[in-house]
Amino acid sequence: MNAPAPAALNDLLQGDTAGRDGFARLRVDEPTWTRLAMGCAAGLHDLGAIWHDAGDVSMLLLDPRAGHRAIVSLATVAGAYPAVSRHHLPASRLERTLRDLGAGRPVGMPDPRNWIDHGVWPNAAPGQTNPRPDKSYEFLPIEGEGWHQIPVGPVHAGIIEPGHFRFTANGELVVRLEERLGYVHKGIEALAAGADIDKVARIAARISGDATVAYSFAFALAVEAALGWTPPPRATLLRGVMAELERLSHHINDVGFICNDASVVALQARCAILREDILQVAARCFGHRLMMDRIVPGGVAADLPADGAAAIETCLKRCETDFAAVMRVYDNSPSLLDRTVTTGVVRPELAARFAAGGHVGRASGRAFDARRNFPYAPYGEVDFAVATRRAGDVDARVWVRVDEVHSSIAIIRDLLARLTPGPITTPRPVAQGPAVGAAMVESFRGDVFIHVRLDADGKVARLHARDPSCFQWPLLEAAIEGNIVADFPLCNKSFNCSYSGHDL
Amino acid sequence: MRWLLLRSLLEGPAVIDPPAPGADALAELATSLGDLSRRKLGRSLSIREVDAGSCNGCELEIHALNNPVYDVERFGIKFVASPRHADVLMVTGPVTWNMKQALERTYAATPAPKWVVAIGDCGLNCGVFAGGAAVVGPIASVIPVDLHIPGCPPTPLDMLKGLIALVDRMA
Ligand code: SF4
Repeated sequence: MNAPAPAALNDLLQGDTAGRDGFARLRVDEPTWTRLAMGCAAGLHDLGAIWHDAGDVSMLLLDPRAGHRAIVSLATVAGAYPAVSRHHLPASRLERTLRDLGAGRPVGMPDPRNWIDHGVWPNAAPGQTNPRPDKSYEFLPIEGEGWHQIPVGPVHAGIIEPGHFRFTANGELVVRLEERLGYVHKGIEALAAGADIDKVARIAARISGDATVAYSFAFALAVEAALGWTPPPRATLLRGVMAELERLSHHINDVGFICNDASVVALQARCAILREDILQVAARCFGHRLMMDRIVPGGVAADLPADGAAAIETCLKRCETDFAAVMRVYDNSPSLLDRTVTTGVVRPELAARFAAGGHVGRASGRAFDARRNFPYAPYGEVDFAVATRRAGDVDARVWVRVDEVHSSIAIIRDLLARLTPGPITTPRPVAQGPAVGAAMVESFRGDVFIHVRLDADGKVARLHARDPSCFQWPLLEAAIEGNIVADFPLCNKSFNCSYSGHDL
Repeated sequence: MRWLLLRSLLEGPAVIDPPAPGADALAELATSLGDLSRRKLGRSLSIREVDAGSCNGCELEIHALNNPVYDVERFGIKFVASPRHADVLMVTGPVTWNMKQALERTYAATPAPKWVVAIGDCGLNCGVFAGGAAVVGPIASVIPVDLHIPGCPPTPLDMLKGLIALVDRMA
């Protein structure tokens, strides 16, 4: 028998049309599943997510060049299916998660260690049928002389989320970082199962609180696609304004923190003031500093007050001048650049293989931005350039963020100029039986993916959320290799991966 | 750089006026602290933050406490890197089973006298995560809590009022 050959999504999709949500849905047999998995490894298309639902395993595949995205499903045999990670390693943690949390059983995983299940839950996760791990966890072995290990976390020194990092170093030089995550696993997908849409909207807004607008946006789009629900034009524009304000606040803040990690505290203070300015404007315009629960299925929950646009414009002007001043200092401080240039390099091939989104991917040449590649309202009518760099170091990630600060400011102005009075929600249509919907939204850290299946009464039967960090965390391990321990905070902050969004 | 520093001097401080201690916080502390409240810490508190399962929303606003606008350090309140240096643990999130042991160990590593401030709706009653199979319960179900500052997330001003009340009670 010949070895199976990789298959490209593009060839398989001939004639298949995408659903209302822009995703084509394909049902395949085991050999085709495996060939598509090999296609991911061969670079024919990108892997976007893997999840298990009611006896089926599904993967999200993307071909941004051809503009295709598809959800490919395979019926499992009592949960068992051929592991994607056997052919394509970026699937590894996704499949370990899937196995730990439910009834799916990937067969042939190269790394079968537990991931989210640390062996301390009093009961199995709802629907979990696979054998439970014990508490012990084997980190990758180290052989040779002169190495020492530095275990860090889960409780870190700063005010950040919990996770465990195990560095192997020789003196200052790091040769390996191994992450262990899952500490903030709250059982979000299980909580959503069977709950009504309003409750799940509130849960979705808290998958990763820093990207609350993006998650609410994605959840709303997925539900709207499933129900054939169209939000009013004013709501669509306001969604864009909120999403860009969120992006702006984080990019400015993170650049400040990177400077802080290189001990240039004055710049961080400036950035923190700007961030505070943005949050205060958000509170004034939308009634919540982080704009939590402000995007809801069917529209938005808060309308911009009459003086809102002017308040936002004042804030944008301040961001423009002050952030430009910060970046002038950054660009003219050899002591800062010494810490960021050539530090924490992610090679373009690796970013492409992991289909890393956000500034992590774009700083390593992967020109993917969900707003541009798979535009959703209001971005279909918004003109902006996707900023990319190729150096892949901390400095490149800083500059991608700087470019995005500028484009976000321009987008907000454009959207505000197009606002006309009108309603901000539309009533929910009656559910016409079970339905599915998916959405991809560009958060400040990259593409957030949400898939929902609604039951006949319009309740959420299954929610799957995939944070952009899932494909960025592994690259952080690669980025720190060969760097010094002291540069880890800079690398980490330049990525700013989510723990909560990853752990779910 | 010079331009930036000069501007900072000319513009004057970005800081807001100190708020009065929170009334709710004072009431809760009156019962939870009791006699301990007379202990003198010289109006200085060292805080160790612990995320026991939060969505990271609360952390963002705790960060904001340290920005030049709220500038929590002017009240003698300082965030420290180790529980061994802390008087107060500031804990966020519903406590997840996967973080329970780490939280207990952090509490054990904090020298007495110590106080615990539970942040957010999650810290109070698990918020939207209540009832989740992977969640142990609110912070008070794992370690003793002296002060709750609810909100989702609480604003930096809410937290500042609560912390000032704590400092006031102990000064
Ligand atoms: S209280 Fe709200 S913001 Fe804080 S951790 Fe809970 S859900 Fe997140």
